[in-house]
Amino acid sequence: MIESLPSTKQQPKGPEANNEVTAKVKSFELKKNDKYYAWLFLGPSILLLTVFVFFPMLRTLYLSLFLTDTFGNPTVFIGLKNYTTLLKSASYIASLKATGTYVISVSVFTIIFGLLLAALANQKLRGISFFRNIFTATMGVSVSVSAVFWLFMFNPSLGILNKVVVAFGFHPINWLTTPGWAMTAVIATTVWMHLGFTFLLFFGALQAVPKSLYDAASVSGATSRYQFWHITLPMISPTMFFVAVITLISGFKSFGLIDLMTGGGPTNATNLLVYRVYKDAFMNGNYAQASTEAIILTIIIAIITFVQFKLLAKRVNY
Amino acid sequence: MGIELKGITKTYDHSEKPVLSEVNAEVQDGELFVIVGPSGCGKSTLLRMVAGIIPISDGILKINGQVMNNVPPKDRNLSMVFQSYALYPFLSVADNVAFGLKARKMAAAEITQRVDDALKMVNLTKYRDRKPRELSGGQRQRVALARAIASDSKICLMDEPLSNLDAQLRVRMRSEIRELQRKLGLTLIYVTHDQTEAMTMADHVMVLHDQHVQQIDSPLGIYNHPANHFVAQFFGTPQINLLTATTSGNGTATQLIIDEYLQVSLDNPIAAGTYTVGIRPNQLGMKQVAANSGNATVINVEALGDQTIIEAVMDNDVEVRIVKDGQVHVELDQRVAVTALGPAFVFDDHEALIAEQGGVENDRIVAVN
Ligand SMILES: Nc1ncnc2c1ncn2[C@@H]1O[C@H](COP(=O)(O)OP(=O)(O)O)[C@@H](O)[C@H]1O
Ligand SMILES: [Mg+2]
Repeated sequence: MIESLPSTKQQPKGPEANNEVTAKVKSFELKKNDKYYAWLFLGPSILLLTVFVFFPMLRTLYLSLFLTDTFGNPTVFIGLKNYTTLLKSASYIASLKATGTYVISVSVFTIIFGLLLAALANQKLRGISFFRNIFTATMGVSVSVSAVFWLFMFNPSLGILNKVVVAFGFHPINWLTTPGWAMTAVIATTVWMHLGFTFLLFFGALQAVPKSLYDAASVSGATSRYQFWHITLPMISPTMFFVAVITLISGFKSFGLIDLMTGGGPTNATNLLVYRVYKDAFMNGNYAQASTEAIILTIIIAIITFVQFKLLAKRVNY
Repeated sequence: MGIELKGITKTYDHSEKPVLSEVNAEVQDGELFVIVGPSGCGKSTLLRMVAGIIPISDGILKINGQVMNNVPPKDRNLSMVFQSYALYPFLSVADNVAFGLKARKMAAAEITQRVDDALKMVNLTKYRDRKPRELSGGQRQRVALARAIASDSKICLMDEPLSNLDAQLRVRMRSEIRELQRKLGLTLIYVTHDQTEAMTMADHVMVLHDQHVQQIDSPLGIYNHPANHFVAQFFGTPQINLLTATTSGNGTATQLIIDEYLQVSLDNPIAAGTYTVGIRPNQLGMKQVAANSGNATVINVEALGDQTIIEAVMDNDVEVRIVKDGQVHVELDQRVAVTALGPAFVFDDHEALIAEQGGVENDRIVAVN
């Protein structure tokens, strides 16, 4: 039956087939016909994905199990040795920590400031629509433009930030060349870049909370603060979760900004995992190590995504 | 005591025309007071001012003798049921009911007790752990009621609480709410656009229209003595018939003539002139007559089984509705003579009631032995 030719479709009531079997053939053939179309439509994208995604992924995994020469060709199979070496390396552990600090800070501050701005814009105040537009403006600014823009602000002698610092009677700060400050600067810039989009999401979420919930709460005795914690926050928690997922994952992939602002420095203080992969592969020519780092980064992101969606299914879904 | 509205006026920001002007009313302690009117007449606005959700533009609101104009909603000590139910989607039924009590920082044991009692009263005990989205419309409505019950306040405001339910459930909830209100001794202000709800539930009805209070009276008072055109048309189904009539002769008269067949004799004489006469469909008589006589032609017949509604067009092109008890057999295009049987209302050209043909009450009240 499975091998039945398309031509039987035209004569489903062949003399040898009883009715029951014919019915089965009919429905199966329909499905089979659908399958041709499925492959026809899926083909191009599967081909593209294979060439540009699946193959590089497998190749990376493969390379991470070898030593490589300076052209990235595998030479000696060493199993998981690349992994154990890497996880024992102090500088890699430092990068892990820096990345953790970076993604968590970015996520937390993006949520806090995005929510603050949205709550502000949600007030019925005169001229508030002007601010709504200003807040969303960062959405249209590219990574490179904002990096350059902030580079100016962080400039030790010309930048506005140091002018403010000096005005308050402190010593000027070398923002991008002092390890602690460099991380702060990179985090601040990233948060600023996320803010437009996050603001828009939170603002939409706040607007979507039915006004009657607040009316009911205030009649039944809740203060505005109680209403914020017990109505607003739970109501927008799905959005908050969504923002957390996006900012965390995009934090792990933050490359352009680091490259333009600090180049991973000073003394590897902002050498995040993804930037490390790039440096090891294309600057140090250590393809095996870079592949190993890429695989670990992928695993970390996969685990975080998995945990987040487990949590999502459990808690935030009302 | 109770609730007192004195010259309440509301003008929303950014609009110069008031939504409500000079609303005066007194709601007695423990009564069910219905505010009724067409959609958009300001019923919700009035209720929200009483609740304190929106500010009062002008006038005085007193609750239990105290001026409440500037008291925040949480200190007015009343409960409210919203048209949309306003349930918190992320909380269980029990937590929804407990919300206000927790906000007021009541002791946990007392909260549990009150929530249990309230849920029991609306038959939702076994749904206490469900989320609102797992309930039917009727059950959500009960959660909203339970929330009002649990608050234990003696004043309750309801804004079209039944309008999202199907017809059968609406009828049942009508009497359940009424029963609940009596049992708890609530002073209940109940907003609806449905005249049947107003008629069946209220101790007193306030009719709102066109920014103003049209009439405040008991349901039967309103039905039997509608203050004006609007009230007469708003209450009673099918709608009352409004017909143009002139007095007979000059000077004062007691006879109003619509046509040869349809005439009304008044209890007291009125000045000569042209008036609008309102006659309810069940107070019109109808006799089938020969093709070339009578004053109307039947254009539609609705047989409801226990009642028949006949629509006819009079010779002056006015349509009238006639209701007959039982099943009446009448053909379309049948010529009929339409006559006045019982009570009628006479309105002047300001649409206000100025005279009646009496016997309304006597006609209606049937002795029960
Ligand atoms: N927040 C508001 N701002 C301006 N106008 C409003 C507002 N709420 C209601 N209105 C207007 O007030 C009138 C009465 O509204 P509402 O009280 O909701 O009527 P009802 O409850 O009787 O249907 C309507 O014309 C409506 O457009
Ligand atoms: Mg309303």
